[in-house]
Amino acid sequence: MEPFAYRRATTVDDALRTPGATFLGGGTNLVDLMRLGVAAPDRLVDVSRLNAEIEETDGGGLRIGAGVRNNDLAFDGRVRERWPALSEAVLAGASGQLRNLATTGGNLLQRTRCSYFQDVTKPCNKREPGTGCPARDGDHHNLAILGWSERCVATHPSDMAVALAAFDAIVHTSRRLLPVVELHRLPGDDPARDTVLEPDELIVAVELPPLQVARSSTYRKVRERASFAFALVSVAAAYDGADVRIALGGVAHRPWRATTAEQAIRDGKSFREAAEAELAQAEPLRDNAYKVELATRTIVRVLEELAS
Amino acid sequence: MAELQPVALTVNGTRHELVLDTRSSLLDLLRERLGLTGSKKGCDHGQCGACTVLLDGRRANACLVLTVAADGCDVVTVEGLAHPLQDAFVERDAFQCGYCTPGQLCSAVGMLEEAERAGDAVDDAYVRERMSGNICRCGAYPNIVAAIADV
Repeated sequence: MEPFAYRRATTVDDALRTPGATFLGGGTNLVDLMRLGVAAPDRLVDVSRLNAEIEETDGGGLRIGAGVRNNDLAFDGRVRERWPALSEAVLAGASGQLRNLATTGGNLLQRTRCSYFQDVTKPCNKREPGTGCPARDGDHHNLAILGWSERCVATHPSDMAVALAAFDAIVHTSRRLLPVVELHRLPGDDPARDTVLEPDELIVAVELPPLQVARSSTYRKVRERASFAFALVSVAAAYDGADVRIALGGVAHRPWRATTAEQAIRDGKSFREAAEAELAQAEPLRDNAYKVELATRTIVRVLEELAS
Repeated sequence: MAELQPVALTVNGTRHELVLDTRSSLLDLLRERLGLTGSKKGCDHGQCGACTVLLDGRRANACLVLTVAADGCDVVTVEGLAHPLQDAFVERDAFQCGYCTPGQLCSAVGMLEEAERAGDAVDDAYVRERMSGNICRCGAYPNIVAAIADV
């Protein structure tokens, strides 16, 4: 690990006083990437103790501080009652001890687990722009089927972000408000940038607007072992007969809001037709075409459960 | 150039004031500086759980915690643990080689507290899911689950 200066921020304004610094949350991804040599920040500003509250907003929403630890978010009675898929999604991620460290802001900003990105002996356009993407012809069985580019086929690993995408959550940064579905980018020609955040822009909170249908929601994660693994495919869905929200994880460079499927259901199509309409956009790689059918079936299964 | 920084924290009830390289992990502090070798370095990437300690009462992977980020914290390692679960592990023979056991114990204590806080009922499936961050290469899982169910 390269040497770095460390400073614990006392306020958001204080956190922004070190231009060019890297913000440290729980460190569960960043410290690992530093140890692997993938990240080498020279200044860390610790923001993990800022904004650690979950507050009610006018109208029945919640404002989740960026420093709220994943387990505290998942255990919150209001989240469990009004946005159960969010609690389930958080609990589906990582392990109990990692969730005690990981923060809400840091979870959103975790990097892909693409094995080439995490291995400094391999080329990777995300880690070292212009060096190429060995995943396209290599091990990509768990990489993207939607929205990828010639330069990058990585997926975003967060479970929490998938539920937030389904629930129209709004990210509050030190500069602006941003729908969470606009926070993460597709890779395009610039896969080094995971998000639209600018340097020295800090996530301070995530707002959950009130959403009636979210009370009837769930999160389903399909993985290669029963627990503590990243998703092959995941689905956050809310459905109550009148309204519907669907987002997919494990399939793209960002949480994938399934607006095509949602519209198809509003138009009276079957769950299967709606899921197929969404996945019609998929362009699977050599070894991950299974994800197309897996995502389709998982959407159908989750909606059927919510409908029954 | 290494960056050195003062840190003060409490480990198993004893306060320590040290000057450390900012790169020092909490796990390395415990093992290399304080001689508390109960917490194990298995993977050093947060994947195996052998380094699990209680940080301000909550289970955490000591390998991924920068010591400077734990400044002011209260740490309990297996050496400072006194919990009926330890007797239950012996009673149930919940280990073979024992390498993962300190992490299993700290993790299970933290997990039980989390279940209480969340108001969750704890059954075997729940224990298996919530303890999935602790790997046992000997495969002592059935007896680990039984030991946890005993307390």
